[in-house]
Amino acid sequence: MSTKKLARGVALVGAGMSKFGAFKGKTSRDLFVEAFVEMLASVDKPFDPKSVDALYVGNYSSDLFENQGHTAPIMASWVGLTPIPAVRVEDACASAGVALREGILAIASGLCDIVVVGGVEKMTDLPTEKVTDTLATAADSQFEIPAGFTFPGFYAAMATSYMAAYGATPETFMKVGIKNHNHGSLNEKAQFGAKISTLMEVRKASAAKKGLPIPEWKDELEFLKDERANPIIAWPMRLYDCSPVSDGAAVVLLVSEELAAKFSDHPIFVAGVGQASDGALHDREELNSIPSARLAGQKAYEMAGIQPKDIDFAEVHDCFTIAEIIASEDLGFFEKGEGWKAAEAGETASSGKKPINLSGGLKSKGHPVGASGVGQVVEVWKQLRGQAGERQLPGKLKFGLTHNVGGTGQTCVVHIFERRD
Amino acid sequence: MENEFTYAVYSSFLNEHKLLGSRDKKNGAVFLPPRPLNPQNYSVDMEWLEFSGKGTLEAYTIVYIAPTAMIEEGFDRKNPYCVGIVKTEEGPMVSAFIKDVDVLHPETIKVGTAVKASFIDRGEGEARQSFLAFQPA
Repeated sequence: MSTKKLARGVALVGAGMSKFGAFKGKTSRDLFVEAFVEMLASVDKPFDPKSVDALYVGNYSSDLFENQGHTAPIMASWVGLTPIPAVRVEDACASAGVALREGILAIASGLCDIVVVGGVEKMTDLPTEKVTDTLATAADSQFEIPAGFTFPGFYAAMATSYMAAYGATPETFMKVGIKNHNHGSLNEKAQFGAKISTLMEVRKASAAKKGLPIPEWKDELEFLKDERANPIIAWPMRLYDCSPVSDGAAVVLLVSEELAAKFSDHPIFVAGVGQASDGALHDREELNSIPSARLAGQKAYEMAGIQPKDIDFAEVHDCFTIAEIIASEDLGFFEKGEGWKAAEAGETASSGKKPINLSGGLKSKGHPVGASGVGQVVEVWKQLRGQAGERQLPGKLKFGLTHNVGGTGQTCVVHIFERRD
Repeated sequence: MENEFTYAVYSSFLNEHKLLGSRDKKNGAVFLPPRPLNPQNYSVDMEWLEFSGKGTLEAYTIVYIAPTAMIEEGFDRKNPYCVGIVKTEEGPMVSAFIKDVDVLHPETIKVGTAVKASFIDRGEGEARQSFLAFQPA
């Protein structure tokens, strides 16, 4: 099959996000407004929001989280975009990444010139068990959930398959968490923007203050292996292997390539787009790789005309620590079975040769599920434009990649962004 | 009804403690869970096939934070359970509850372990529903 290209080019000319976290008293629309306002401020040249042609909103389950359906027109109304078409896109945790692809296609088709794409989720109003049940509806409710699977459980099962095949240990996963918290400590938008070492010291100080015995953890790994500090959620995934329950929103502005210079001094171009679907986890040939991610990545690389080695940095879907290791292989950064060794060797840290999740990833930054895919793009926008502050990757950056997974890989969407100036 | 390859019929077989999938009469492809349509060739000419119940454990986890339905069965942090994916002798893989393994020592449970089908009954009388499980063979 010949390589498919967009019928016309698309550029990213603005990006913003709310802080991610647990915000009592703020609903989806409040968070969406926050992200939208930051996006407006990020556009280099004067721009009239009334010129936008369409709005695409990624949202997983406002119906169950907030008892609110028909979310897209509400967002349009609250950010002053009505009466343009407003479309909600749902593909579980990949909702925003897929919404982005729809926005790109709308411009490439010629029907739209200027498109706003956002993602939003308000998860923390429900008690934890209801959040777990709501997330579980992204799996197969006939053949997976009745067996007793939960989302941490699915990824934990993938982890047992990966460990058995390649020799990784639960410690490997802990190291991914430590790395992402290190990255997130430099991100002011992160929900858990503290290093694991800091959290450990806080626990010690808290014990001292209460007059309790002070735990003797000698390092972060010892802290993470302590059941009291880091309880098992679904073995081998512990609390600090799991992304949190989060509220948040992210918004980007897309325009046709020929309009890019009218909006931006340093536009970022969409170089490659790939998306794929799949059945339930048990329906796949293998359990320690995500076929839809491999396929989505391959399509995006082909469209961009580049190789995995050309990617300067990536934001990948680390809903669980094992997912980041699998993603690093599915995207071709490392050979199959080698991703865990690269993670242990620090190759995916900001100082490594293939930095992954400079934002802190979903693990530290937070995972408002329907917003995460666009949240990743906000980081790529900042890094490629040299605006990532303390966590800015040095040197001239050209290609950044985002990898957004729905469920256990029933959906995966990959985007490659390019700075050309 | 027996010619409908639905979840309802599959469940009614489980209630008899039988594990049945579907088989394409044309090319013999086997599906568990049963499917009414063969995704490879779009054939809808299916028949039921009873599985031997033999398989191997391909992946597993011990769930400590249980969903509501499992909490109602008495599982929680103090009473975790094992769930996994089993590759059946006939080929297809399936998600299932895993019985009779040492959930408190998960590292003793091995990928590749031979398992056999078992069934769990929940509810009583008219409301009784059986679920698929496996246990070490």
